[in-house]
Amino acid sequence: MARIDVNHVRHSYLPNPQKDADFALREVHHTFEDGGAYALLGPSGCGKTTLLNIISGLLHPSHGQLLFNGKDVTNLSTQERNIAQVFQFPVIYDTMTVYDNLAFPLRNRGVPEADVDRKVRETLEMIDLASWAKKKARGLTADQKQKISLGRGLVRSDVNAILFDEPLTVIDPHMKWVLRSQLKQLHRRFGYTMVYVTHDQTEALTFADQVVVMYDGGIVQIGTPAELFERPRHTFVGYFIGSPGMNVMPVAIDGKTAKLGSQRIELPGVPKAGSGAIELGIRPEYVRLGRDGMAVSISKVEDLGRHKVVRANLEGREIAAVIGEDETVPADPKVRFDPAGINIYADSWRVEMGA
Amino acid sequence: MEKTWNNKAWFLVLPVLVLVAFSAVIPLMTVVNYSVQDTFGNNVFFWAGTEWFEELLSSSRFWEAMVRNLIFSFIILAIEVPLGIFIALNMPKKGWGVPVCLVLMALPLLIPWNVVGTIWQVFGRNDIGLLGYYVNALGIDYNYVQDPFDAWVTVIVMDVWHWTSLVVLLCYAGLVSIPDAFYQAAKIDGASRWAVFRYIQLPKMNRVLLIAVLLRFMDSFMIYTEPFVVTGGGPGNSTTFLSIDLVKTALGQFDLGPAAAMSLVYFLIVLLLSWVFYTVMTNYDAER
Amino acid sequence: MSGANERTTRQDRVSETTASEALASAMSQDQIARLMRRRGEESRWWWIVPTVYIIVLLLPIYWLINMSFKTNAEIVSSLTLYPHQPTIANYVTIFTDASWYSGYINSITYVVMNMVISVAAALPAAYAFSRYRFLGDKHLFFWLLTNRMAPPAVFALPFFQLYSAFGLIDTHIAVALAHCLFNVPLAVWILEGFMSGVPKEIDETAYIDGYSFPRFFIRIFMPLIASGIGVACFFCFMFSWVELLIARTLTTTDAKPIAATMTRTVSAAGMDWGLLAAAGVLTLIPGALVIWFVRNYIAKGFALGRV
Repeated sequence: MARIDVNHVRHSYLPNPQKDADFALREVHHTFEDGGAYALLGPSGCGKTTLLNIISGLLHPSHGQLLFNGKDVTNLSTQERNIAQVFQFPVIYDTMTVYDNLAFPLRNRGVPEADVDRKVRETLEMIDLASWAKKKARGLTADQKQKISLGRGLVRSDVNAILFDEPLTVIDPHMKWVLRSQLKQLHRRFGYTMVYVTHDQTEALTFADQVVVMYDGGIVQIGTPAELFERPRHTFVGYFIGSPGMNVMPVAIDGKTAKLGSQRIELPGVPKAGSGAIELGIRPEYVRLGRDGMAVSISKVEDLGRHKVVRANLEGREIAAVIGEDETVPADPKVRFDPAGINIYADSWRVEMGA
Repeated sequence: MEKTWNNKAWFLVLPVLVLVAFSAVIPLMTVVNYSVQDTFGNNVFFWAGTEWFEELLSSSRFWEAMVRNLIFSFIILAIEVPLGIFIALNMPKKGWGVPVCLVLMALPLLIPWNVVGTIWQVFGRNDIGLLGYYVNALGIDYNYVQDPFDAWVTVIVMDVWHWTSLVVLLCYAGLVSIPDAFYQAAKIDGASRWAVFRYIQLPKMNRVLLIAVLLRFMDSFMIYTEPFVVTGGGPGNSTTFLSIDLVKTALGQFDLGPAAAMSLVYFLIVLLLSWVFYTVMTNYDAER
Repeated sequence: MSGANERTTRQDRVSETTASEALASAMSQDQIARLMRRRGEESRWWWIVPTVYIIVLLLPIYWLINMSFKTNAEIVSSLTLYPHQPTIANYVTIFTDASWYSGYINSITYVVMNMVISVAAALPAAYAFSRYRFLGDKHLFFWLLTNRMAPPAVFALPFFQLYSAFGLIDTHIAVALAHCLFNVPLAVWILEGFMSGVPKEIDETAYIDGYSFPRFFIRIFMPLIASGIGVACFFCFMFSWVELLIARTLTTTDAKPIAATMTRTVSAAGMDWGLLAAAGVLTLIPGALVIWFVRNYIAKGFALGRV
């Protein structure tokens, strides 16, 4: 296992990148700690797969440096970096048996057959495919194939990191959950450094200790799932994480209050001065619907089973609120913002609030 | 794809049926008719029974042509298939080189077959041909007009020149359909170039290779024009393949009965091969 | 230098974990790293193979072109790698003598006729095979396939007699129809492959929207498989263009293909090599043009059409 330092890495698929827009990866500077479980989360085209391929060595970055355990590996090939990667679509050698698939990476490295056998059997146990060992890999289901791809990484006990590129895309929904928890378990037991690329927030939040949210070729926030939820550093994180996403509305700040149209909203503190457009962000979970506060008109109530999402109109803007399944919408609805859930943004970036 | 049962679909197939009936069924019936009759000209025919068939199957000329043809088919398969795979593996995958390679390599496939023959007839001559002249200049006695071995070499080299591109194009089509992730995974697994070929590329080319082998086998089994132009079946009978023999009998000597019997036997062999081809293909598809 | 440090640190780390002890002892990280370094690297010399192959392919063709620009005297007297006295006299002969250039017109005429007939007949049939199951469909498909595989030599004689009976000998349509023998099954085969790639929902949606079958087929379906039609046309052209045995058998003068003109005139004129070469060169041009137009579909067509 290894600590991975990504030092000011920039990457462009163009031969002569000039402006910022030419870069698929604008600038990433981050350390993946040894034994950590990370998720790279972001919409399509945000550069997360590019970053993953740079770590694995399939791509060579245009600028910057990559360190494994403090040693420069930027110019090393994929093989020399000694990492494992699971791809979006299962990659298996379908003329081989399950057993031979797992033995393949070891045999390629000239490991003695006795050790191969022991490692493969261990790994088969780990990924729960021991009874399939002699079967041809071709006939397996998608989730079993994906487990084999993973197993080919696990079988090499000295891998520096295991990388996942949206590995659950082709898996049936009910198996996704099973695979995810098996992965989580493997991580806890063996402490691999894992980096997991996904655009699915549920996958990211349930899998990772640390979620790296990427947007437009850069990292916008790194944090635990709770941090991303409570304190989104950027309005994009607010929108992208949570369902429905954060309510963001332009406000004017006056000391400890924010003015939204004719309404005044109490803030938990005085925001530190920020430049540019000031916005207030609040998650629907912190919007309280009741008989006091700001008057709203309800446009729609969506019943999602466990809770209800209320779509309402406040001062001419759409906002969403989440209420309990057994709560009802009052006849003359008003909303209040829970100060604990209020964040203030200047130019889309969050500003701290003093006491 | 789920298909619906609909017998009205026969109407859609009707034009094809009429066309093929006109160009295949009726001629074939004529052949059957001739094969059991004898004639002395003037359109007077006699019932001959299985006489022509017996004569054919006991004639050494027929069997020699057959054996020659089989040897020829196996030699060109043994050369063209590995060579085609090797070239396809080294083709560029993207960039301007792709269309250039494809177009130039496909060129021999679109040359009329007798012109292919003419090209090699000229190219191999030791007085005016580049190849023949320089091979002789190197001190190798080469003359495809007189020496049966040289004639064989010429015909085989010509066929390799003419048809290897078909194998290349088929393999290339199979290769470009392999997703990048397979190569990336192989890199990560530390696979050697050989292992990538053996466990990724070859299995993915399976199907197209099967098509290539069977097509080349059948086409070489029916080869006529190119060797006919170059060697005319000679020297002696050394390059007289089945088709050449058949045309000699049918159109050269107008021996309708023997030619028809030979056509039928020949056609049955091809039918058998087609059946094997079709069965192998459908089984292969079903397995996928 | 930094690599050596890396290896020692990694080796330390590895020996900490019991699971990989055996591995580490059997083979040091150092060895593995060295072994892996050479693996899977793209060779810088890959282009040599296609280049050499293409040169080998082009050499005989070059020789033909070379000869076509020479006088007979030069061809026979000495072996020259390029025409020392270049002449276009051979080409002038071909373009001014009707018995020569009409051969090209004849060839193109029957090839185009055959292409149109084959693809037009194959379109509905391929649709039927790709969309419906019907009585005897598998057998029919197999039977079509056998015609594709039939040796033309078998059919030469009966064709001659059949078309004589209909008075069609030495007409373009006779050759065009005869070539349907192998081109129709081929076109059905290729088109069926492309059509199976079009989801059936498209047909159903169109019928629900009130399209009649012919209108749906021409307006919606054919544009969808345009590349397939292109590939089918290409192969029909190719096989009709290169075939000579049947074409020669069925024609005498009026519809005689250029390829046949070539062999006969030359043998009568006592080996006019330059003229022969020039005629040969001219037969390469239509093929080269056609390949250029379908170059982006060739590889795909070969695979999909399963030719």
